[in-house]
Amino acid sequence: MAEKQILFAGFGGQGVLSMAQFLAHAALSAGMHVTWVPSYGAEMRGGTANCLVTISDREISSPLTENPLMAVILNRPSLDKFESRIKPNGTLVLNTSMVDRRPQRTDLEILEMPMNEVAEEIGNPRGANMILLGAYLQKTQVVQVDQALQYFEVIFKGKSQEIIERNREAFLAGVQYAQNNW
Amino acid sequence: MKVVAQRPESLTDAPFHYCPGCTHGIIHRLVAECLDELNLREQAIGICPVGCAVLAYDYFNCDMLEAAHGRAPAIATGIKRLLPDRLVFTYQGDGDLASIGMGEIVHASGRGENITVIFVNNAIYGMTGGQMAPTTLLGQVTTTSPYGRTAEQAGYPLKMAELLAQNQGAAYICRTAVNNPANVMRTKKAIKKAFQTQMQAKGFSMVEILSTCPTNWGLSPLEALEWLEKNMIPYYPLGEFKVS
Amino acid sequence: MTKVLMKGNEALAEGALLAGCRAFFGYPITPSSEIAEYMARKMPKMGRTFLQAESELAAINMVYGAAATGNRVMTASSGPGISLKQEGISFLAEAELPSLIVNISRGGPGLGGIQPAQSDYFQATRGGGHGDYHIIVLAPSGVQEMMDFAMQGFDLADHYRIPVMIMAEGTLGQMMEPIIVREPVTDLPPKPWATTGCKGRKPNIINTLHLSPEFLEERNLHLQHKYKLIQEREAKAETFMVEDADLVVAAFGLMSRIAKRAVMDARQKGIKVGLIRPVTLWPFPEKAFQEAAEHVSKFLSVEISMGQMVEDIRLAVNGRVPVEFYGRIGLIPNPEEITRQIMKIAQQEGWV
Repeated sequence: MAEKQILFAGFGGQGVLSMAQFLAHAALSAGMHVTWVPSYGAEMRGGTANCLVTISDREISSPLTENPLMAVILNRPSLDKFESRIKPNGTLVLNTSMVDRRPQRTDLEILEMPMNEVAEEIGNPRGANMILLGAYLQKTQVVQVDQALQYFEVIFKGKSQEIIERNREAFLAGVQYAQNNW
Repeated sequence: MKVVAQRPESLTDAPFHYCPGCTHGIIHRLVAECLDELNLREQAIGICPVGCAVLAYDYFNCDMLEAAHGRAPAIATGIKRLLPDRLVFTYQGDGDLASIGMGEIVHASGRGENITVIFVNNAIYGMTGGQMAPTTLLGQVTTTSPYGRTAEQAGYPLKMAELLAQNQGAAYICRTAVNNPANVMRTKKAIKKAFQTQMQAKGFSMVEILSTCPTNWGLSPLEALEWLEKNMIPYYPLGEFKVS
Repeated sequence: MTKVLMKGNEALAEGALLAGCRAFFGYPITPSSEIAEYMARKMPKMGRTFLQAESELAAINMVYGAAATGNRVMTASSGPGISLKQEGISFLAEAELPSLIVNISRGGPGLGGIQPAQSDYFQATRGGGHGDYHIIVLAPSGVQEMMDFAMQGFDLADHYRIPVMIMAEGTLGQMMEPIIVREPVTDLPPKPWATTGCKGRKPNIINTLHLSPEFLEERNLHLQHKYKLIQEREAKAETFMVEDADLVVAAFGLMSRIAKRAVMDARQKGIKVGLIRPVTLWPFPEKAFQEAAEHVSKFLSVEISMGQMVEDIRLAVNGRVPVEFYGRIGLIPNPEEITRQIMKIAQQEGWV
């Protein structure tokens, strides 16, 4: 697999860092090289948060990029900030619950999901980010869904069984959403 | 022949460099006698200040360090945390302890750091040539208060024993003087009590010792002892401020 | 060997613990606080000492006292805090007390910002405080090296009786990468000079005051002799595609990995470009640059500063080859940005 750089962005509290962290763990568990670089500091405290994950089957040189191949965008300010930076013909995953405009780029593969509504529907509002991540992985297979599921226990090591189950449930809801809608 | 007086084992045979009439020599000897009598020389680690006593590592016959100006309590903390069964003491002057090292001394006492501080207060910077100290008395002439210290210009002299005694972590705080034989003996008792406080792991201990600086005060050694009694003791009352 | 995903700051802290670090003294500052927090969680359970000092000055002096007991000890901070520590670092250098000092660096001057920077390079490599001294400065480029350099740092510190600094951009402290957790060190060198109480031996003295001018000079010559030895033995650089290069990019720390990406991208565009990554910032790996200067026609120093390491490269090549500079502060240059700089030079030189 060639090197892929995926940007996650949204409000602090939307679970941006943790969904990116899940992906990083899943990639590691699947035997790939990975880096996880968060924005930090003042931005983390109430403002927007973003995080860049790089996954590759070879050693990763730069964990940073101007132009990520994919972007997972959870709110409007993040779309405004990052839309133009996505690599040509890249992928844009959008949480339409919090983004009230259409993307302007026409070259991108656009995957939309009203993440917060879907989460409400399945009665798991706190799992919203995992729903989107499940859908994202099902569609892109950046890390194989089967493999990610296999390592759930490892990834959530130290968390209670209930939390693990809630997250797995949300993740699987996302997988199903992608199968039905994308 | 009976020996009635000799050099304590805890002092080396290096001759003191202190000025004639300076009371540092007396205080060094008292510290050394206490180390000897409590049989602590081989477990003692001392820290010298910046100031006249900077060379005290040449005089004390135990493991010694020399600190940056005012930092002795932080260094003592680092040592004591790793070697809690040793006797760790700092030997500091008034500029070192109450001015540039105010942060370190307040927090060491606040933490109840189990160390002993020998605080020599002679109301002046000795080594740098007689500048105003945080303990310089109102009206006292120094090279940086040439018209006498005024409260308007330089504020009031700090009473360290009283200040530190307020901290819960302080276990033993005492102020003594070395202006006459009786006070010298009281000082020795206080130093011993401070060392014992530490060896019993009770917390922070300090003995503030009112001391003379004939050279920078511009007085003869005898006049200096009188000046101490007349001027310093009324402002810096002697006694124990905290005992636990 | 299974790998675990760790944050740079935590990997560094864990590395220090594996190396036998007995005490940590620190003061909170972004972006290095996680090191202190990690130590605060771990050390008490291991029977080791964690103490939050009242100030950076107190922290470095606690390191001084604790190092004097012969134990492996450390502190960590960031730019403004490292400035405050300089008094203590000068004393540590002259007292020859082995110790580890970590600078998870941010942009200055003044309070600056909390974003990653490399603008403490001068402070780190020139000594930083008063007097003629140096400390060894290691610049890790990834999370594995955060752990490994913490361990190597203690070894170097003990071997040469010198303070060692690890300087890493704030981003490196925050980022996660999978690493192999090393085995704990069990064999530590004896330190007969330590002040531990003089039972069964003559008293030890640790001091930095030398009133006799002859002895002061002797002490300085002793330190210089040691520094020369360290320069000969410990200067370290990594090179990448330098052999046939017309242009060599120089970068250290995390920045060097970003520069490496740019070098690979520019190679794809047919530019003969290579990379030198100083691993030790002091001693500066002059030889790598001098050897490259035999055949390259230009150097480009890329830094997250307004140009500091570039001066060392110029000193190393001594006018034989022009040395250009590209830097940002407040943000890390992206690989795309550096590739554009390389292409700009390639055009000026007529390589494309």
